[in-house]
Formats: sequence, C-alpha cells, structure tokens
Amino acid sequence: MTRSNIALLVLVAAVAALPLFGGAYALRLGTIACLYAVLALSWNVVGGLAGYPSFATAAFFGYGAYAAGVLLGHGWPLWAAVAFAALSALVGAAALGAVLLRLRGHYFAIASLSLAEVLRELVNNATDLTGGGMGLNIPLAAGSGVMAEATFFFFAMWGVLLATALMAIVVGGSKLGFALACIRQNETASSMVGLNTTLYKAAAFGLSACFVGAAGGIYAAWVHYIDPSDVFDILYSVKPIVMALMGGLGSPLGVACGAFLYLGLEEVVWRNYIQIHTGVLGLLIVLLLLFLPHGLSSLRADRLWRRAKHV
Amino acid sequence: MQAAQILINALVLGCLYACIAIGFSLVWGVLNVINLIHGSFIVLGAYLAFGLYNALHVPPWYAVIVAAPLFFVLGYLLQRLLLNRVITAPVLVTLTLTFGLDLILNNAMIYFFKADYRKLTLTPSLGSVSILDVVVPVDRLIATAAALALTGLLYLLLRRSRIGRAIVAVRLDRDAAVLMGVNVPSIYAIAFGLGAALAGCAGVLMALIFPISPLTSSAYLGKAFVVCVLGGLGSVSGALAGGLLLALVEGVGSTFFGPSHATTLSFVLLIVFLVLRPQGLVGRKGFE
Amino acid sequence: MSDLLRLARVSRHFSGLQALRDVTLSVASGEVLGLIGPNGAGKTTLVNTICGVTPANSGSVMFDGRDITRIKTYQAARLGLSRTFQIVQPFSEFTALDNVAAAALFSQPGASLKAAREAARAHLAFVGLEAQGAQPAATLTLAMRKRLELAKALAMKPKLLFLDEVNAGLNSAEVERATRLIHELAASGITIVMIEHLMKVVLNVCTRIVVLHNGALIADGAPREVISNPAVVEAYLGQKYAQRSAGHG
Repeated sequence: MTRSNIALLVLVAAVAALPLFGGAYALRLGTIACLYAVLALSWNVVGGLAGYPSFATAAFFGYGAYAAGVLLGHGWPLWAAVAFAALSALVGAAALGAVLLRLRGHYFAIASLSLAEVLRELVNNATDLTGGGMGLNIPLAAGSGVMAEATFFFFAMWGVLLATALMAIVVGGSKLGFALACIRQNETASSMVGLNTTLYKAAAFGLSACFVGAAGGIYAAWVHYIDPSDVFDILYSVKPIVMALMGGLGSPLGVACGAFLYLGLEEVVWRNYIQIHTGVLGLLIVLLLLFLPHGLSSLRADRLWRRAKHV
Repeated sequence: MQAAQILINALVLGCLYACIAIGFSLVWGVLNVINLIHGSFIVLGAYLAFGLYNALHVPPWYAVIVAAPLFFVLGYLLQRLLLNRVITAPVLVTLTLTFGLDLILNNAMIYFFKADYRKLTLTPSLGSVSILDVVVPVDRLIATAAALALTGLLYLLLRRSRIGRAIVAVRLDRDAAVLMGVNVPSIYAIAFGLGAALAGCAGVLMALIFPISPLTSSAYLGKAFVVCVLGGLGSVSGALAGGLLLALVEGVGSTFFGPSHATTLSFVLLIVFLVLRPQGLVGRKGFE
Repeated sequence: MSDLLRLARVSRHFSGLQALRDVTLSVASGEVLGLIGPNGAGKTTLVNTICGVTPANSGSVMFDGRDITRIKTYQAARLGLSRTFQIVQPFSEFTALDNVAAAALFSQPGASLKAAREAARAHLAFVGLEAQGAQPAATLTLAMRKRLELAKALAMKPKLLFLDEVNAGLNSAEVERATRLIHELAASGITIVMIEHLMKVVLNVCTRIVVLHNGALIADGAPREVISNPAVVEAYLGQKYAQRSAGHG
C-alpha cells in the first residue's frame, strides 16, 4: 500500500476519535465531515480518475435520501433501507452511466446536472409516495437519548466513509483504476487497445453513486425530515468538486483533506457571515480557481521553490 | 380551440425562451464556456426594469436601451478580468468558476433586494387582445415582439458586421481565425459582453410578464440549457427552434399531464436529445 | 495458405464523400501486404473500417473465419487485430512501461496488472526502449514514440498487425532500424498490412502490394509488377518515378 493511502486510513481513523471530545456540536460537525468526505471521494472516481465533469452527486444523494426515507416510513430497519438505497443507486447509476457517459465535456456536464432536476421533479410530483414539495417526515429511531442518537448517526456516517475510503484505495490500485486513467488520457486510444470503455465508465459511475446513496439514506434518518429542494440542491453536486479541486484532483488523500478543509471554511463563513454566506462561498470558489488551480498541492514547498527560482 | 390556444401560447412563450437562451448559447458556442451566471443576469435585468419604472416611470421597452450597454460593459469586464484567466482550463474549472460568480451575484441580489417576489405592474394596464379567439395580454405580445426584435438584431449583427463575422469565425474554428488575424481574446470578451447584454435585455422583458426574485434565476438558467440542447449550439436559428419546441412541449405536456409535469418532461426531453441528437435540431454534427 | 482477412465489396462514405468504394481484398496468413496510394486515397479509412472505428456502410469484413463488419473497436482489438497510428496516440501521463502494460492488460481477457507489466517489459526490450520504461510517454522523441506504438500493438498479441506510416518523420538510420523490426515480426509469423510512402521500404519488406486510389483498389499483385503497372504509375508514382524505375530496369 502506498504511503498516501496509509495516511488516508490514518486520517479516517482519527476522525473516529471525535466522540471522545464529546459535545453535540462536535458530533454534528463530525457527521457532516464524514458526509462531505464520502461525497468528494465518490465524485473523484468519475471526476478525478476518469476525468468526466460529473454534476450528478446531488441526484445520487437525493435519491438515496428519498429511497431510504420512504422505506423507513414503511417500517424497514435502517440498515436494510440504507443498503437498498446504496445497491439500487449502484445498479441504476451504472445503467444510466452506460448511456450518459457516451457524452463528453459540456454535454456530459449538463446531462449529469439535469439528472438531479429530473429526479427532483419526479419526487415533487409523486406526492403519494414522497409527500411532494411538502417534504417527507421520517420516523424517529427507537427512543434513545439525544446524545446517544447523535453518536449513533456519527458512527453510521463514519462507517460509510470508511467503506468509501477503502473503495477509493482498492479502485486506485486495480485494473478499474488503471482503465479509468487510460480513459482520462485518451479515450480513443483506450478502445484501440481492447479496453471496453463503456463497461468501465459505467462501473465508475455506479461506484460513485453507491456510497453517496448510502450517505443520503443515513442523512435522511439523521435529520428526520427531507424535502426535494434540500436534498437535490445543486450545491451537493458542486461542493464535492470544490473539495476535490482544493485537495488536488485524483489522489484520495488530497480529496479527503479537501473535504475537511472545505467544511472548516464553510463553518467559519457560516458563523461570521450568515446573511452573505453563499456569496462568500462563491468568492472562495472564484479565488481558489484563479489562484490555486492545482489545489493545496500547488502550495507545496518544492513548487514554491521552483517558482521562486524562475523569478 | 384548445389546439389554437396551445399553439398561440407556445408561439409567444417560445420567442421569449429563445430570447432567454440566445446569449447563453452565444457564449457556449463561441467561448466553449457554460455560463452559469446567465440566470442571475436575467434577474438583474428584471430588477433594472422594475427600478427604472417605479423610480423614473421608464417603461420596460425603453429600459432595454439602458440595459444593453450596461450589461455589455459588465460582461466584457468580467470576461477580460476573470474568466479569461482560466479560459483554456478544462470544462470543470470554467463551469465551477461561473458557478462561484453566480453565487456571489445571486447572494448580493438577495441581500440588497430581498428574496420576496415583486411584480412590475404597468399603470394603466395595457389590456389584452384576442387572436383566433385566444385571449393574449398586450404586455405579453409586446415582450414577444421585442424578444423577436432582439433575436433578429443579433442575427443581423452576426451576419453583417465585421465583429459579427469575426465572432462566427472564432466559433467555427478558433485556430484558423487566429491565422486570419482575428484577435481572439477581444472577440471572447465581446461575445461574453453580448451574451450578458442579451441576458439583461431578456430580463427587462421578463419583468413585464413574470414576478421578479433572485430565486427565479435557476429556472431561467434551466430553460436556457434545455433550449440550447434542443435547438443546437451557438446559432440564432437554433435558439429559436429550441425555444419554440420547448414551449410547445411544455404546453402540450401541461395540457395532458398537468402543469407540474411540464418541467419534468422538458428535462427528460433534454436528456433524450443529449443522448440521441447532441447537435440539436438545426446544429451540425460533430460541432462541439 | 488460408485467408486471415477477407473484405467483400466494402464501402464507406462520410456525409457525401465516398471514402471507400467496393473494396474487395484478401490477406493470407503470413503475408506482408503493402497498402499504398496517394494522400487521401482512403488507406487509413480502410484500416479504421476494418477495426470498427468507422464501420462499413455496405459490404462485409471477415476475420479469422468470423464476420466482424459491425464489431466494436475494443472487440476487434481483442480478436487479434492491432494497429499503430499515423499520428501517435500514447497515454501521455503514463510511463512507457504502463503504456504497453495497458495494451497487454485490456486486450487479453483476465490478465492481471502485474502480469501485464511483466509482459510489457519484454515488448519494450524488443523495440529497444527498455531504458526508457520509467519515462513518461510525453517526454519521448518522435522515433521512440513510434516504437512505443509498435510495442503497444505487439503487446496485444496480434494475428494481424496494421502499421500506419511507422516511418513517417524518421531519419534514415531510424527507418533502417524500424525496417529490421518489421522483418523480425514477419519472420515470427505475424501477418502485416503496412501503409507506407517510402517505396524503398515497401519493396524491401512486402510480399504483395495493393494500390488504393480515390477509395477504390486499382492494382493487386507482386511488388515489382504493381509498381510498373501503368495505371498505378499514373495515379500514384508520377511520371518521374516511372522513368527512373524503367531506367534502373
């Protein structure tokens, strides 16, 4: 295993120590940190490794939240509802991926963006099943204390993060990861050497949906109430991209660090600039793209050194 | 009778959709940038019309004359100062950058104008006329006519003027255009400025018909997406064809499935078109 | 000798432009076939059509006893049809070794990444790039990238190998080296179809030549015969060469 993968696992393990520092706020923040890292690591499979600009994360997240939410309402146990959300997201996204990933560049970006729109509208209109625009109330898990529940959901989300990190590590070193790297560099040449590009792209899209679907399911159970404009928010598609860009595309460790750093910034901005927090977020995005195009890795000492020498 | 109603509504709405999408399409086609600020530009244009009418009693059809140069300068500067620095970067970067800019502009509008819906009400009201027994409000007709006029103006500009020919040349083949002596960065900035001007003017016209709020920007942007993909990229005729088709589909869809399904239908249509006919109705194949 | 590849009345057009007209052609196992013709004659299109990049509009392509007219590119590659590109197509971020490993990995079902890298080392050595194995493909010289293409094609264990202008842009020492490699490949039993502009190489290497002109085959036969064929001289070689070759006898 490479050094950076070991560092990723250490980082994930360190997050699990959060409950030791107690406090409902720490647990809440920890749960969101795990969620963000899941989104970013999952996006990285399609966006970072295969190089396809996917804006479908919100679609997977919202789908997972609603699939699990509806099933919980029908009395399914949490683990079963989340497992169903994850597996159906995997299969559904793989099937969709085989079709949508024939598109390239902007066309793929728009198609993936519209996926969330279509699902949002479907959920909005299927009032009988989903409560439509009124949102969906999700029954509380068997009555335990507030802190016990917060701890439970933190570890549930952390479990998904651990699974996602393991997936990212395994994919990175596997034939699939190698195939995606080929596709990113030259898709035509890839098919010329016998690589079934459709198959591998579909697998990547499926994997990038699976854990996001699970995280959506746990999110729904955690917050007890979801509505379409919340869980299908386009920000769920854009945030993972910003996180990955912050940490540097491709490397799971960088992407996970980007996710935690992003959450830190978001908290600071949210606390200090409540009225203009989306504007400040936008400003951060713009500054990041203009001045740190390679993410934090462009701040690495050796590169600064090289730049200094050129000057 | 219902058919005439659907048809006339689609015609009126389709021209407006074309006007919403045309600046977006121009920027996408020429700069190869998906400009996510487009929706907020439209809303800003609507606020401009609202402000001019309520403060100075300037009716929206004159407000267009004010909006066009203002938005042109805004777009021109935005491209020159910010966007141009990442114009050669991958899709992901340009798209995310315009998203960030959109967050800033949209948040600024919510901060200054609040999120409540406002309505520009002309006093006295212009009333309505009936065409083929279908009643159409006059303000809607004026907006449609103005939208068509703007679209026609852009068409003439691209066809007849020197700058227009240069814009088309860059769209068709950037490298060849460079060899012919076209100053590409300047054309990019002009095209982006034009895109912004068209968005601003579209916003002024929308103020005549629809309620105004920063929250509506994503709906405008969504329409622009769909129109572009349906009609084909970067051409005036494509935007018109796409706008009319979208309006027709929405009209027929909401008649038969109920209005709430119209948007779903339009996005499903978008995905179907993307997969089966990415060049759009009137676009050429292999024309990315 | 049996026919490895058989094309029957293959045509392909691109929105109005007829790139291939009724091409009927057989390639026998073990042959080294030269495919020549003036620029724009449709040589690369013919290769693309056989490999499934631009499938034929009409006609049929049989390879190794099966119909591959509508086959997908990656399937063609797995059947043992491999090719080099006129314009080299490396995975530019990968090392030379991983470029070849990709070809070994994906063309052989069930291959593992480790085994593919092992095989890749041998192929790099064969084309004389063992020293450059760890270098990113983007940093190689053109001659090296051409040989890298060849190593990639070989890693796919081809039955039939298309060489699309492997010598274009190389100096004479490099051409000589490439020609030696082609001789070795032919000796090892791989059937080769080569598109080539250098007549010296064609006459030196090929056992048979076909000439494509405006998308149609106009000659097919032994090298010396074909290049003295008046129609070929007219279409392709030009008056000057005809005189010169007549002079040399």
